[in-house]
Amino acid sequence: MTAPVTGREKRAVLAWEPVIGLEVHIQLRTESKLFCPCANRFGAEPNTLICPVCLGLPGSLPVMNARAVDYALRLASALGAQVHRRSIFARKNYFYPDMPKNYQISQYDEPIVTGGTLDIGERGAPRPVPIHRCHLEEDTGKSFHPERQGDRRETRVDFNRAGVPLIEMVSEPALASSEEAYRYLTRLRQLVRVLGITDGDMEKGSLRCDANVSLRRPGDSALGVKTEIKNLNSIRAVERGIQAEIRRQAAILDGGGKVEQCTLLYDVDHDVLQIMRSKEFAHDYRYFPEPDLPPLEVSESQIEDARRTLPELPAQRVERFEHQLGLPAYDVDVLVADYDVADYFERVVAAGAEPKAASNWVMGEVARATKERGESIDEFAKIVPPARLAALADLAKRGLVSGHLAKEVFEAMLVDPGEPESVARARGLVQESDPGALRVVVEQILAANPGPAEEFRGGKEKAFGFLLGQLMRATGGKANPQVARDLLREALEKTPSP
Amino acid sequence: MIPHWKRSAAELAGDVSAGRADAVEILDAHRAQAARWDPAVHALLGRDDEAARRVASSRPQGPLAGVPFIAKDNLCTRGLRTTCGSRILEPYVPPYDATVIARLRAAGAVLYAKANCDEFAMGSSMENSAFGPSRNPYDLERVPGGSSGGSAVATATGMGTFALGSETGGSVRQPASFTNLVGLKPTYGRLSRYGLVAFGSSLDQVGVFARSVADCALVFSVMAGPDENDMTTRPDGAFSLDGLDVSARAGKGLAIGVPRNILAEGLHPEVQAAQARAEEALGRAGVRVKEVHLVPPAACVATYYLLATAEASSNLARFDGVRYGFRAQLADDLLSLYTKTRGQGFGSEVKRRILLGTFALSAGYYDAYYRKALQARRRIRSDLHAALSGVDALLLPTAPTPAFRLGEKATDPLAMYLSDIFTIGANLAGIPALNVPCGFTADGLPVGMQLVGPAQGEGTLFRLGAALESALGGERRWPELAVGAAS
Amino acid sequence: MTIDKDTVRHVALLARLELSEAELERYARELSAVLDYVAQLDALGLEHEEPLAQVNDEFAKAREDRARPAPLSRAEALSQAPAQDGTYFLVPPVVEYLEP
Repeated sequence: MTAPVTGREKRAVLAWEPVIGLEVHIQLRTESKLFCPCANRFGAEPNTLICPVCLGLPGSLPVMNARAVDYALRLASALGAQVHRRSIFARKNYFYPDMPKNYQISQYDEPIVTGGTLDIGERGAPRPVPIHRCHLEEDTGKSFHPERQGDRRETRVDFNRAGVPLIEMVSEPALASSEEAYRYLTRLRQLVRVLGITDGDMEKGSLRCDANVSLRRPGDSALGVKTEIKNLNSIRAVERGIQAEIRRQAAILDGGGKVEQCTLLYDVDHDVLQIMRSKEFAHDYRYFPEPDLPPLEVSESQIEDARRTLPELPAQRVERFEHQLGLPAYDVDVLVADYDVADYFERVVAAGAEPKAASNWVMGEVARATKERGESIDEFAKIVPPARLAALADLAKRGLVSGHLAKEVFEAMLVDPGEPESVARARGLVQESDPGALRVVVEQILAANPGPAEEFRGGKEKAFGFLLGQLMRATGGKANPQVARDLLREALEKTPSP
Repeated sequence: MIPHWKRSAAELAGDVSAGRADAVEILDAHRAQAARWDPAVHALLGRDDEAARRVASSRPQGPLAGVPFIAKDNLCTRGLRTTCGSRILEPYVPPYDATVIARLRAAGAVLYAKANCDEFAMGSSMENSAFGPSRNPYDLERVPGGSSGGSAVATATGMGTFALGSETGGSVRQPASFTNLVGLKPTYGRLSRYGLVAFGSSLDQVGVFARSVADCALVFSVMAGPDENDMTTRPDGAFSLDGLDVSARAGKGLAIGVPRNILAEGLHPEVQAAQARAEEALGRAGVRVKEVHLVPPAACVATYYLLATAEASSNLARFDGVRYGFRAQLADDLLSLYTKTRGQGFGSEVKRRILLGTFALSAGYYDAYYRKALQARRRIRSDLHAALSGVDALLLPTAPTPAFRLGEKATDPLAMYLSDIFTIGANLAGIPALNVPCGFTADGLPVGMQLVGPAQGEGTLFRLGAALESALGGERRWPELAVGAAS
Repeated sequence: MTIDKDTVRHVALLARLELSEAELERYARELSAVLDYVAQLDALGLEHEEPLAQVNDEFAKAREDRARPAPLSRAEALSQAPAQDGTYFLVPPVVEYLEP
């Protein structure tokens, strides 16, 4: 399936309309697991964050984590979804070695949240994607399967992740392209991070996505046979995996064949889709109400609390940056894409910088520096606090340093933290704006370059540029360009032709 | 002097606390009973005498100070093998104590052995234990009842002053009635299920075997109350002995209901006689007897066998040879690891129930079986509530017959299921019930009657039970071990 | 309701139980008898009855989100496992049939 899209496939794709639904598992950033007080932590030594409950030992029982419920309410509030005052946990029965009880405690016909929308549109062109439901469930442990060519024969199982709280968020089959799926996931990732319910790190599995894909003739209302792609664990994999599946199904349908309902795995590194065929995956989940957990009740005041304490959502922040701070659309998009960066930016503005100047600094030098240094914006803020960046912007505005020198001051501050003005002075990066001192240099330049001076006086405007360049070189670039320009012109015009 | 093994929990604890008796001697007296009886009755599985002696010699304190007890082998005990009577858990040693065990230990009680039981508490005769059946000490050819039969036998023979069992559908009351014991099935949610290996979670409750109502109430009071590890425990579940009257006059002014409509047919004559004895005795104790109406109990059996097996099919899924317990040899892929381990590790009754429960929940049958049983459950509960509305408790037989012979029903699952016909309603409704011994048959087999009360009605059941106990009077008839009976 | 051997076989696969032919036959017979008995619930007229899955009507009081150190050491947890390597639980490989 690595073949590029051929002309024939392109036509085929156009002849069919994709219908895509996404199921996203959001791993919640709680302190403890969903049903036991074991730590919810990534990266610990295998099988060290376990207890009788999350290991499924005989006789153990689940005890619900209140914060996981609060997180579900927060998400519901942000999606404009309906919270059910009473919801029921259910057991989903299937055997798998990383599932300690061989059933997963989840929610089935009475989930905590239904409905709502996630907007994936552009500014001025909203595109709300309807959400089917969000429910709470426990994560499984992790299996490490033997390599195909390795010596190891066994699958190894680690239960640290078993019981970590998840919200499964299921969209309606309402996405029309892989590009829309990409935007859905990007927006969702931004939203859940802003809500503070997950770190959203797809590499660590904090967001995991399955996609349902079917094709139909444009204009048809009935849905085609759908397939499910599992293991879409990066935003790129979601987009490309869906593209690959659309091509696969279109080729089948164009050849007069029928799409078979199946589960597929997508290997993003090789752009390969494989059909999973295994008795292990022939399931009848036999859902029934979890007898170990009473119905979950949510009070009006809990719902109200979630609504009241909701942080500013991306759309609101975009609006504020645009209209209140007057930033161009491009800047707004870049800044709001990462709330931590946007927060830093706001602190720079609060410290007195002009919004556009602050935005230029944050999107430019700050972004470059954090990337090069491999630092988060929070780590960076310890070295260059927002107030110091604001002070640096102020130096430039006051003309104490040139735009070019300001970047050198910034570099210097990374190595040798301090107030920008003292850094600039210590390193001799302050602009020379004193007319008296500069006049002396101007005289020297004119004396050393009589030819070009003469040419200028003869009407050759280009010679002025040369003389100014000489002047800047002589001052090591520290001359205030405006002052230097004025003094040079004044001197040339004053001195009569010999 | 009365030997320690015949004495009550209250007396023993009182003597130990006051320094009048030595807990080690008390333990040894009970262990001697075990040594004498167990070869004949096979009540015990794993034991840890050394640990028990350490506890007994450390001057235990509390309302059960120095009182030796036995726990059914489906209650987790830290460091002590817990098999559930199953080959699949034969090597399993839990790393934690069930909440009820921890509370008893904290009250000074001394656990030294685990009791045999039907595999995963599935059975009514002890014939389903993977480690061989227990026998009834009043007639070694007969069953002691199940599934908590080992606990019953241990209490009846003085191996323990009391014992813990568990009920999903009559598994404490029925063996109590077969072995001349008081047996309590509490209100659902009064005792923690944390550490009780689950069978039918919405029905399971830990139960108590004792030789008197007073001991039963004492042990219950130590264990009852909410547990942060079990969300299905009731916030109001604690039980206090304060003001509890267990004297002969305790029942005065109370009223019981007798569901005559379900007692008319098929009842063993000796059981019918015991029912009459009990009504008469309660009448003498000042209890009014009324007639009430109940749905045919066969509906309870049908409902129970769908719900309990459905839950069991899921609860027993965790026994797969991955994290603990038995693993079959020659399983070289995951699927065969599961099917062989479970096919070989479970006995035939457990497999039968897993199949039935899996079927009842499977696609296409859920509504016709599982969901219908949930609807029937509501009907049965409403019916019991209605029957209890004008009385303090119901009085009816615990089992339709006295103890039956080993092998008598072993080949007919349905006939076996019907021996629980009178007990199951209380489990489905989540209400408490208490078996009280009511004499013996002509052949010397014990017969018990049960009192069934409303939720949280244990106090009333103890009062009525104590009144019945006193009114029937007489010295305890202990089982006798025939010379040479030990095999 | 009669359950045939194939149904028992299917249910046994769902339940991950290996059964012999003799067991399949016996369980088919016994389960059919139990289901016949269970059919008496139809006579109760339960159409309008709400299902009752749990007897307690109280709602759950959830626990505060606070972590405590794991009460089980890894060695303790692994000690009960039929196969382990000191770090992980070990199981035979999952046989998956993947086709392009």
